[in-house]
Amino acid sequence: MNYLRATILVTILVLFSSARSVQAQSSIGLQPGSLTDRAITWPTSEQWRRVLRLEDHNSRVVVLGTMLLGGAAGFVGSFTLLRRRALMGDALSHATLPGIALAFILATAWGFDGKSLPILLLGATVSGLAGVGAILLIRNLTRLKEDAALGIVLSVFFAAGVSLLGVVQQMKTGHAAGLEAFIYGKTASMGAADAKIIGVAALFCVVFSLLLFKELKLLCFDEGFAASRGFPVVMLDMALMSLVVIVSIVGLQAVGLVLVIALLVIPAAAARFWTESMWRMAVIAALLGAVSGMLGAAMSAIFSKLPSGAMIVLACAMFFLMSLFFGSSRGVIIRFWRRSRLDRTVDRQHLLRALYELLESSHDTKHIAADTARSVSTSELMAVRSWSQRRLKHEIARSRSAGLVKTEGDQRVYLTQTGFAEAVRLTHQHRLWELYLITHADIAPSQVDREADAIEHVLQAETVQELERLLEHQPDAGLPSSPHGPTEPVLRNSGKSITRRAE
Amino acid sequence: MTDSSPVGSNRIPANPRRDDRTPGGPPIASIELPTAVPLSVYDLTVAYHRKPVLWDVGFDVPAGTMVAVVGPNGAGKSTLLKAIMDLTPRASGRIHVFGDTYRRNRHRVGYVPQRESVDWDFPIDVLDVVTMGLYGQIGWCLPVRRKHRLAAMEALEQVGIADLAHRQISQLSGGQQQRTFLARALVQNADLYLMDEPFAAVDAATERAIVRILHTMKDHGKTAIVIHHDLQTVPEYFDYVVLLNMRIVAHGPVEVIFTAENLQKTYGGRLTLLDEVTEAMRRRERSL
Repeated sequence: MNYLRATILVTILVLFSSARSVQAQSSIGLQPGSLTDRAITWPTSEQWRRVLRLEDHNSRVVVLGTMLLGGAAGFVGSFTLLRRRALMGDALSHATLPGIALAFILATAWGFDGKSLPILLLGATVSGLAGVGAILLIRNLTRLKEDAALGIVLSVFFAAGVSLLGVVQQMKTGHAAGLEAFIYGKTASMGAADAKIIGVAALFCVVFSLLLFKELKLLCFDEGFAASRGFPVVMLDMALMSLVVIVSIVGLQAVGLVLVIALLVIPAAAARFWTESMWRMAVIAALLGAVSGMLGAAMSAIFSKLPSGAMIVLACAMFFLMSLFFGSSRGVIIRFWRRSRLDRTVDRQHLLRALYELLESSHDTKHIAADTARSVSTSELMAVRSWSQRRLKHEIARSRSAGLVKTEGDQRVYLTQTGFAEAVRLTHQHRLWELYLITHADIAPSQVDREADAIEHVLQAETVQELERLLEHQPDAGLPSSPHGPTEPVLRNSGKSITRRAE
Repeated sequence: MTDSSPVGSNRIPANPRRDDRTPGGPPIASIELPTAVPLSVYDLTVAYHRKPVLWDVGFDVPAGTMVAVVGPNGAGKSTLLKAIMDLTPRASGRIHVFGDTYRRNRHRVGYVPQRESVDWDFPIDVLDVVTMGLYGQIGWCLPVRRKHRLAAMEALEQVGIADLAHRQISQLSGGQQQRTFLARALVQNADLYLMDEPFAAVDAATERAIVRILHTMKDHGKTAIVIHHDLQTVPEYFDYVVLLNMRIVAHGPVEVIFTAENLQKTYGGRLTLLDEVTEAMRRRERSL
C-alpha cells in the first residue's frame, strides 16, 4: 500500500511539473513585443558544449550544487519513505512560502536587502517548522487524522504565502520579481554563493545520515523496539525531520517549494525497485537524485526558459518509470518473468506426473522402469488434466527440447530415461504431500502461504525428507501408491475429496 | 550526541554489573543481584486519553519462572509490557526490574514485540533484524562488526533458522518472522524476557521451538513474561500465571491460580462496575 501511495504521489507530481513547463512555455510566448527572443529556441552547439562541459564557472557550481541536493534528498528520502513520512516534507515545503514573503517584507522594512538568500531561507525555515508544528497540534489536540491535518496546513499556509506575495508586489520598494523562483524553482537565478550554501547543507545531510544510518534504520523498521532498547526515538524522529527541513529549504531555490517533495519521494521510490537492502536503496536513491538534479539543472541552463524544478522532477520521473519496469528486484518485468517461470515449471511437472501415472495405470511398475518404449497418447493426456490443447503442445515441445520426452508424430509421447527419473521424483513428492494432507490436514494449511496446489512444486529437499520421516516412509521402498489410485477403490473417493478440499 | 544519549550513558555503569553476574565477579554485587526480583510492579495505573487501561496492577515475578500473562482482548496485556519498559506514560505506580529502574537495567531485559507491529516488506534481511538487538551495545554511529554478526548467527541457530540468515524478511512465513524476532531478543543475552504473543498464529514447529527456548531459559535461571492466548497450553508451557483484566484478577503459580473460577472472573462477566465507569468516562470525553 505504501508503494501504491508513493506511485500516486509521483504521478501527481509529474503531471503538475509537466503542466508547469507547458505553462512556462506558453507564458513566454505571450510576452508582448519579444516573441522571437523569448520563445524557446533550440540552443546552438556552442551553448550545448558550454553547459555540458561545465565551462562556465557559475553553471558548474550551480549544477554541482543541484547534484548534491538531489543526492542528499534521495538519501534522506529513503528514510522518510520507509518511515511513511513522505508527505510531511510536502506540507513543510508549502508552509515555507509565507515565511519567505514575510522575511522579504520585514527585511525591506528594516532596510536590509530583502532578497538576500540567508534571510529568506531563515524565514522559510521558521514558517516551515510552524507548519509542521501546526500539523502535530491538530493531530494531537483533535480527533482528526494526520492526512486531514496535512491537507489543512499545506493549503492554508500556501494560501497565506500567495496572499503575502500579493502584498509584496504592492510595496513601493517591492521589486520582488525573484520571489516566484521559490515557488517553481529557478537555477538561473542562483549564484555561485547560493549553490555553495546548497552544497554544504546537502553534504551535511548525507554525512549526518551516514553516521546515524544504523539508528535511523532501526527507527524506521521498529520504533517500539528502538524505544525499548533506550534509543531516544523522539529525538531521532526530530533529527530525521530536521534533515527533511534542511533538504526542503535549500531545495527551494533550485526545485521550488511545490516540487521539492518530488526529490524526497521519487528517487527513493524508484530505488526500491532495484534492491532489497536498505543501504543499497539509499545509495541508489542518492545516485538517481544526483543525476536527476544534474540533468534538470543542465537542461534548465540550456533551455533557459524552462523552470529547473520541473526539469528535475521530469528527470526523476524518467528514472522512476525505468525502475518501475526494469527494476531488478521488484520491477514489473522481472516479476512477470518470475511468475511465468513458475507457471512453466508447474506445467512441466504436471505433464511428467501425468505421463507417469498413465503408464503406471496400464503397466506393472517394474515393467515400466525397464521398458524403453514408455509411450502415452496425447488424447489420454488431454483427459487427465484440464489443460488446453495448445498449452499441452507447448509444454510437450518445451520438455522435448529439455530432453525429458520424445514424440512420435503428433499422437504419442515417450518419457526419456532422464524424464522418467524426474517423473518418478515428482510423483513421489506429490504422493507424500497428498498423504501428509490426508493424515495431518488439520495443521498443514496454516504452515504454508501458497495455495495447496502449488506447494508440491516448491517443496525443497529437506521438506521431502521431513515428510518421509513424518509419514514413516522408507525412501528406498519405492513410490508410495496413490491414495486415490485404481488399486484401492475404497480410498479413491475419500482421498480425492480430501485433496480437493485442500486445493 | 553520544554523551547525552541514554544508551551511551547507560553503557558505562551497565558493563561492570554485567560482568558481576558471571562466576568469580566481585563479591558485593554477586550477593546483591541474584536475590533481586526480576520484576516487581506496584500499584500501576495507565490511562490513554483518560480512559484507564490498567488499574492498580501489582505483582512480583520470582526469578527463573516462565510467566503467562492471560486475559481477554483489551485487558491491557500489551500495555502492561509497554509500561514495564517505560514505553507508555503511567498515571501512577512503580516498577522495579532486578531491584532498580528499567532505565538502569535495560540491558538485562529482552523484548519480543508483536509480529504485526512492523512492516515486513522493509528492505532488510533476517541477519540485519537480529543484529538490531545489539545496536544498543554497539553504540552510536559505530558500524556492525563481524563479532556482532557471529553473535546474531548464534541466536539464529538457537531458534533453528540459521539457514535463513540472508533471506529477505518479506519472504518469511509467520513462524519464521516470529523466530527472527525471538532471535533478536536472544542475541542480547538478557535475564528477563518480555514477549508479546509469540505463539500467535505460528506453525507447530515454531511453537515447539519457542517452547524449547523457554525451557532453556528456565534452565539458565532466566525469567520470561509471555502474553499468551491459548489457555489450554498454559499449564504445559508456564509455571506462573498473571490473570489480567484491567486489574489483576489473580497471580501466582499455575497449579494454584489457574482455576476455572479465576478464569471465569477474568473472562466472564465483562460488564463489571469498572467497565461501566469507563464507559461513562468515555461518553463524557466524547461530548467534550
